[in-house]
Amino acid sequence: MTTIALPQTEEAWRQPSQLTLVLRYMRRNKSLAVGLLIILALTLFTVIGLMTVNHKDAYPLSAPSHKAPSAAYPFGTDYFGTNLLAAMVVGLWQTALIGVLAGAIGTVIGVVLGFISAYFGGWLDAGIKGICQILTPIPAFLIQVIIAGSIDKRDVTIYTMAFVVVLLAWMGPTLVIRSQVLSMKERQFVSVAKLSGVGDLGIIFQEIMPNLLPFLAAAFVTQVFAAVFAAFYLAVLGLGPLREPLMGNIVWSAMTQSAFFNGWWWWPLEPAVALVLILGSLAMVNMGLDELANPRVRRTE
Amino acid sequence: MTLFRIIIKRLLFLLMVIWIASSIVFFIPRLSSKNPVRQKFDDLARTGGFSPSDLAVIVAAWNHKFGLDKPVWQQYLDYMNSLLHFDLGVSFYKYPRTVSQLIMDALPWTISLLLVTTVLAFVLGNLLGAVAAWPRSPGWLRNFATPFVLLQGVPPVLMGMLLLFFIAFRLRLLPNGGNYSPGTIPAWNMTFALDLFKHQILPALALILGSVGGWVLSMRGMGVTIQGEDYVNFAEHKGLGGGAIFQDYYLRNAMLPQVTGLSLALGTVVTNGIVVENLFGLPGIGYVLAQAISNNDFLVIYGIVLFITIAIAVLMVGVELMYPLLDPRIRLT
Repeated sequence: MTTIALPQTEEAWRQPSQLTLVLRYMRRNKSLAVGLLIILALTLFTVIGLMTVNHKDAYPLSAPSHKAPSAAYPFGTDYFGTNLLAAMVVGLWQTALIGVLAGAIGTVIGVVLGFISAYFGGWLDAGIKGICQILTPIPAFLIQVIIAGSIDKRDVTIYTMAFVVVLLAWMGPTLVIRSQVLSMKERQFVSVAKLSGVGDLGIIFQEIMPNLLPFLAAAFVTQVFAAVFAAFYLAVLGLGPLREPLMGNIVWSAMTQSAFFNGWWWWPLEPAVALVLILGSLAMVNMGLDELANPRVRRTE
Repeated sequence: MTLFRIIIKRLLFLLMVIWIASSIVFFIPRLSSKNPVRQKFDDLARTGGFSPSDLAVIVAAWNHKFGLDKPVWQQYLDYMNSLLHFDLGVSFYKYPRTVSQLIMDALPWTISLLLVTTVLAFVLGNLLGAVAAWPRSPGWLRNFATPFVLLQGVPPVLMGMLLLFFIAFRLRLLPNGGNYSPGTIPAWNMTFALDLFKHQILPALALILGSVGGWVLSMRGMGVTIQGEDYVNFAEHKGLGGGAIFQDYYLRNAMLPQVTGLSLALGTVVTNGIVVENLFGLPGIGYVLAQAISNNDFLVIYGIVLFITIAIAVLMVGVELMYPLLDPRIRLT
């Protein structure tokens, strides 16, 4: 009796590494890839800028006023004698800070309330859902205008700005997480875990949370987007921390000095382009995550 | 009977929203340490003409005039009572004009701009999205939607700035702001109407380009979902033409969630409108609001915020009550 040697299948075909798989997925999910690339580029610009640029140059009277972009001032200077390169670096950093801070707090509140509401149900659920539904039609931006307008202008800082933005931005994630947990709760693996005696916290953190990760990521990106957007709009109306070189503040001061009319086009256009890049890349990442989380819109190509 | 109950329920919800919104607008400023009257006269005092002792008397008199020296619960009742009479107070800055007068003067500009742009963006976005997801539409038409989707992340005000710079300042094709050219006299004739129209193009374009992408995206998502449904399959096997399926089976069903989306997007529409109006100097509600903010004209800020909030809540409920017209399943139950 002869034995036939089986071909060494493991040698011939190996599971590609995690990195290759991720890169392959990125090639299919183009909007996620492009969005992440832009965010990476902006982060690099900010980090390198923060290390090389003098932070004091981001504030008025550090440079000659309204000079067009040149070798000495690559981004030009504004009417008040601010080096706009430094202002853009510090402004991007502050914008990112507001966005991530407000986004993270909003998402955490949303996750906690959404879980409590969906998992425990009853009057708690009715209460949380009711509050969210009543607050949703009230345009958050207008209430933010009232809050920001009620704070003394000298007290407005980057952190109060983030706080004002987050105050009315937790209803969205709460409702999203709630509906996801509600559907997840009825799945079989949760019942199995329950029958095998896993406690409430165990089910929440070990069974449901890992399955929610794509939704959590999407909710977080949505929140960051909303926070950057809201902070920008408040600042454009002159309700931001007036001394800081936040994108919206630069646009606001450029508009109040009629920059276009005086031919200082670089002054308002630079923050505008930066913001288009930030918000555009966040929107693209969000679309990509949507595709990841929701197989229905996943493309078949 | 059930329809009647739905209406009653929605109206109660509406009242609830209005009550909560007006309470927020009442309490937030009173929680802060900032006194609008003091602020106003501190600003005036800085420009001179007051002695400090006079200032205290004037502030006390104004506090009394606006009822700010009463206990908070009584102020609250007074405030709610005046709201019931559509009395939003007077403007500090443009005294003695009332807030309601300011709103009424600005409202036509805002309504005409936002109505036209929202309807156009909604119709255009939904058609593009539906066509982009429809497997039988030609390739170039399907790709036509992509640039609009990419625009989705660009806020209308930034779009407006870019348009303003390139079209109004560089190419000088269209006017750079205002509602009509300085020096023209408003009249009912063709030249003035044309001038008026030219001034509205850029703000309208900014708002449409900034919001159409969202509709394209959500409609495309809905379209992809609906293609897999059995009734579309069935209609195809019945031998119905592509046009009939597109219109009656595909578009009609995909539209329903979009209408809900429209009512949810109203807040964003108004927010964008405020900032864009301000950028182009159109004398609408957003412009009045921004002016009030820079002049610390508090009653105008509160009045406008409240007015817009209530208007949006009413519109939302209105859209929901229109639902039975669009969806026969709701009509029957």
